[in-house]
Amino acid sequence: MIRNKIIRRVLRNKRVVIAGSVVLFLVIIAMLAPHIAPYPYDKVDFGHIYQPPSKEYPFGTDYLGRDIFSRIIYGARVSLVVAFAGAAISFLIGTLWGMTAGYFKGTVDTLLMRIVDFLYAFPSMLFIILLMVVFKGGVMQISTTAFIRAINAIDNAMGGLLFIMIGIGAVSWVGIARLTRGLTLSISSEQYIEAARAIGNSPVRIILRHVFPNLFGPCVVYVTLQIPGYILTESFLSFIGLGVIPPTPSWGGMIAEGCRVLLVYPHAALFPAAALALTMIAFTFLGDGLRDVLDVSL
Amino acid sequence: MQLSYIIRRAVYSLFFLFLLATVTFFLMHAVPGGPFSGGEKPLPREIVERLMRYYHLDRPVWRQFLEYLWNIVRGDLGPSYTQRGRTVNEIIKDHLPVSAQLGAVAFLVAVFLGIPMGIIAAVKFNTFIDYFCMLIAVAGISIPAMALGPLLIYIFGVKLRVLPVAQWGTWKHMVLPAFTLGIGSSAMIARLTRASMLQVIRADFIRTARAKGLPESSIILRHALRNALIPVVTVLGPLFGALVTGTLVVEQIFCIPGLGRFFVYSITDRDYPVIMGVTLLYGAVIIIMNFVVDASYALLDPRITYD
Repeated sequence: MIRNKIIRRVLRNKRVVIAGSVVLFLVIIAMLAPHIAPYPYDKVDFGHIYQPPSKEYPFGTDYLGRDIFSRIIYGARVSLVVAFAGAAISFLIGTLWGMTAGYFKGTVDTLLMRIVDFLYAFPSMLFIILLMVVFKGGVMQISTTAFIRAINAIDNAMGGLLFIMIGIGAVSWVGIARLTRGLTLSISSEQYIEAARAIGNSPVRIILRHVFPNLFGPCVVYVTLQIPGYILTESFLSFIGLGVIPPTPSWGGMIAEGCRVLLVYPHAALFPAAALALTMIAFTFLGDGLRDVLDVSL
Repeated sequence: MQLSYIIRRAVYSLFFLFLLATVTFFLMHAVPGGPFSGGEKPLPREIVERLMRYYHLDRPVWRQFLEYLWNIVRGDLGPSYTQRGRTVNEIIKDHLPVSAQLGAVAFLVAVFLGIPMGIIAAVKFNTFIDYFCMLIAVAGISIPAMALGPLLIYIFGVKLRVLPVAQWGTWKHMVLPAFTLGIGSSAMIARLTRASMLQVIRADFIRTARAKGLPESSIILRHALRNALIPVVTVLGPLFGALVTGTLVVEQIFCIPGLGRFFVYSITDRDYPVIMGVTLLYGAVIIIMNFVVDASYALLDPRITYD
């Protein structure tokens, strides 16, 4: 009943519907990339470098003669994986951390929230840059530890995405942990929590069955609002050369490549820039709309 | 009361700076074998040993750490590994002024574009103008500098040919980069100004001002804006952080010889002392700005008390 009402209210909001459709469209494109893209993303063709947009190459080609249209389609995968993985990681860590701090209060709370305060005051972009410098800077490459070698192999297989996700995950859960803690503090002073405690429920059960469902809505909205930030972080890292491993296409990396020849071959930077901007706008509108519809004040 | 709060915040900020220095140091030393062992053509062992001794990398880690801390306190960030004969200090001295200039102009763009836009949107609340301003603001927030920069270059540099697209020097060179960097922040300020103005406009003292028959412009600018701006000050801290990281991208796009561009080069070259030194500098700037913003917030609004 209530769930239907919420869904109807969400669907009545034009902003959410339009932005949601764009996101859905992007997801479909990303999933079907091998079928939609006319060329493989790494097909080098030195006979056709920097071709302007044409019938053959809808968005032109880049400095290696690779089809930019195909690379943008595959680039959607990188951006969306980072968007959703970043959201999932920060949601998971953040809510667990915040609920633990807010429910148990006292020393646990103080200890957990001091760590959060520290990370919150730490400039997160710099932290990610440092992490990526260490991850990508040869530490992993020449390590003799089997575990690190394995992780490094996985990262290489994923085109560098694993370390990006770890980096984003390491810094992005902090805000949601703060939010969750505050909500948990107010929820756990409600009478039904006291009742649940009185009949002998374990803390774990109370947190998962009674506290979590009540803060689910605001936290989802909060994470949705953060998604453009995750996408931007990935593009930023790839732009400055700390992101995906070539030839994996990332919109940020493509913009960086295109900027070098912007005056002569503007298509090389403009199409990926447009893709990035469109995606960020869609996710921003989706988050804003969801916040308004679900009437969450953040 | 206020003073003790400010002192405590200052101590916290110092502590954060110390932690930042610690983190950067140990991350730098997490690279096994030191900075001279990698590369395509390995150096002869004797040369590596000599280099390690020259840069004091053969000493125990705790001694290196103490030396490093002492050097930071003295304001010495060490030598660059790839730029022979140049210290990190010299690099910063050469390139930071350009970045600071860019950041300052972008900051002015953000403030003088954002606040008027927020006021107009609030005054024309729920009209077409309001929606239009907020649409621009959302676009401004969500279109990142790395997408906006190429677009602006294409429009104003390639198509219209009215502004230079790269380099640094005259005010004309500053226009495009400053807008690229500042528009996102101006959108953030516009949204916040609007929200805070809307709250203030409904307050009793505004009704009193209206009842007195004051002209609308004086009500908005002298009575409402002054109170509405206090919450806006709070975002200036995060805004500085955004501007600092933004310079990395914008300087790259516009070929501006600033510290951000140099920082990106040093990342590509794996020049660890430069990476760590500049990170430390950026972190210090952000932490200090956060502190200044917090402190000024406490001073601006006498109703807020910290204990």
